[in-house]
Amino acid sequence: MAPPADARLQLEAVRLTALYGRRAVVKDVSIIFPAHTVTAVIGPSGCGKSTFLRCLNRMHELSEGGWVTGTVLLDGDDIYADAVDPVQLRRRVGMVFQRPTPFPTMSIYDNVAAGLRVNGHRSRADVDAAVERALRRAALWDEVRDRLRRSALALSGGQQQRLCIARALAPEPEVLLLDEPTASLDPAGTQRIEELCHELKTNYTIVIVTHNLQQAARVSDYTAFFYVGDLVEVGRTEALFTTPTQERTEAYITGRFG
Amino acid sequence: MNPRRVRRRVMNGVMTGLVGVLSFLAVLSLILILGNLVVKGASSLDWSFFTKNPVPAGESGGGVANAIVGTGIIVGLACLIGLPIGIGAGLYLAEFGSGRLGWTVRFVADVLNGTPSIVVGIFAWTWLVKPMGHFSALAGAVALAILMVPMLARTTEEMVRLVPHSLREAALALGYPRWRTSLRIVARTALAGIVTGSLVGIARIAGETAPLLFTALGNLNFSTHVLEPMQALSLQIYQYATGPFDEWHRLAWAAAIVLMGLVLLLSVAARWAIRQRHGAAR
Repeated sequence: MAPPADARLQLEAVRLTALYGRRAVVKDVSIIFPAHTVTAVIGPSGCGKSTFLRCLNRMHELSEGGWVTGTVLLDGDDIYADAVDPVQLRRRVGMVFQRPTPFPTMSIYDNVAAGLRVNGHRSRADVDAAVERALRRAALWDEVRDRLRRSALALSGGQQQRLCIARALAPEPEVLLLDEPTASLDPAGTQRIEELCHELKTNYTIVIVTHNLQQAARVSDYTAFFYVGDLVEVGRTEALFTTPTQERTEAYITGRFG
Repeated sequence: MNPRRVRRRVMNGVMTGLVGVLSFLAVLSLILILGNLVVKGASSLDWSFFTKNPVPAGESGGGVANAIVGTGIIVGLACLIGLPIGIGAGLYLAEFGSGRLGWTVRFVADVLNGTPSIVVGIFAWTWLVKPMGHFSALAGAVALAILMVPMLARTTEEMVRLVPHSLREAALALGYPRWRTSLRIVARTALAGIVTGSLVGIARIAGETAPLLFTALGNLNFSTHVLEPMQALSLQIYQYATGPFDEWHRLAWAAAIVLMGLVLLLSVAARWAIRQRHGAAR
């Protein structure tokens, strides 16, 4: 694929292989995610797309037996280099999971502030401002501004998911990884999140894993198709969906398998 | 009607009746115990029972103030020793206990859990009372703490394991270091459960008699000195109930009400904590 010339290379996987023990679930994948774009990762269940995503913020190595070969470059720097602290890295690469995961013991405010506070001491006013900014970006501020001190569990599923997005945004990451963020949401909630993807890409680089091909077509600039651990094809979303170059891609997007 | 259907219906009725009777029997024992306690002991419960110390045998009146305070001190000390160790071990087991050491700790905790409390008493006597040369409240507290630790470790482990893995991942993905994830997110989410487990554990040891027999020993006078023998409610009941005087038997019943009330109170508090937890998880 040919990213626009003015796009700074933000995130790049180079010959990345992810393994559980001796079993490779992502095989030798090289891909570029240009800055300020949304890239959708599609493919049938068990094709390694979630595992691939978890390699981008070094979450995969936390799984039992998880390890990788190859590397991932963030702004040209190897995130798997010895000098890189994965904990610090995860503050630059935010992640939102399939199901909403608000911290049940914390208020709405504390949930959003969680990632800020772990970054060290900040003044009260700073945290207040950052929480509001994150909630506004996640399009949740108007719904929760009057009840920031209430439990996050009182929110609906869709609101909880947007809260998790706000929580991921608050520490100002550079990259946002979304792992099937709308899988447990109703159509209205899904639409909100998709709109968010459009708005957020002006500030972030977004990688979204999705089962839903229409969603991939709606939200993304680029689409990558994974099949049993291989990156089969990647390209501009319109091109991939209208004129796929690989037979397997065409079979998948026309619904012949998967 | 189809005979097979009749047989099913009859069988269903019989079985439902049977489990009904059995559960009634289970509840009945508690009702009988409580009823018996109240009938025989309630009349002795008055202000002086709570505020006065025992009087010499043969005299009437007197109370068990020393035993109530003693139970408080001994159980409190046992908590001071047992809670941090038990909860810490439970956290360890849940978070890092997948290896050989975890297996060993779990095995030891299960064996300790099944150890008769009198054996723990003898152990405390051998290692604390004998070397120190005298009975003491501290030795009693250590014996109770030993009983408490394995219970706490296992319940804490269960409660921490109930915290969904996704919460842990969410914290790690936010850039939480592992230890902070364990304490700030996982342990806090499990807190209500851990508190409940602790209350149940305390209720369990508060009524123990055997481990105190050769450790705290008992004391007819009011004492708050932890290195001296100390009275406890369970010991007081034991001494009064096995003594020869009617007055003592009367006091034993009353003391039993107090002890039972204390344990009930803790159980109710535990229930309340559980409700809080489920309320929070909804």
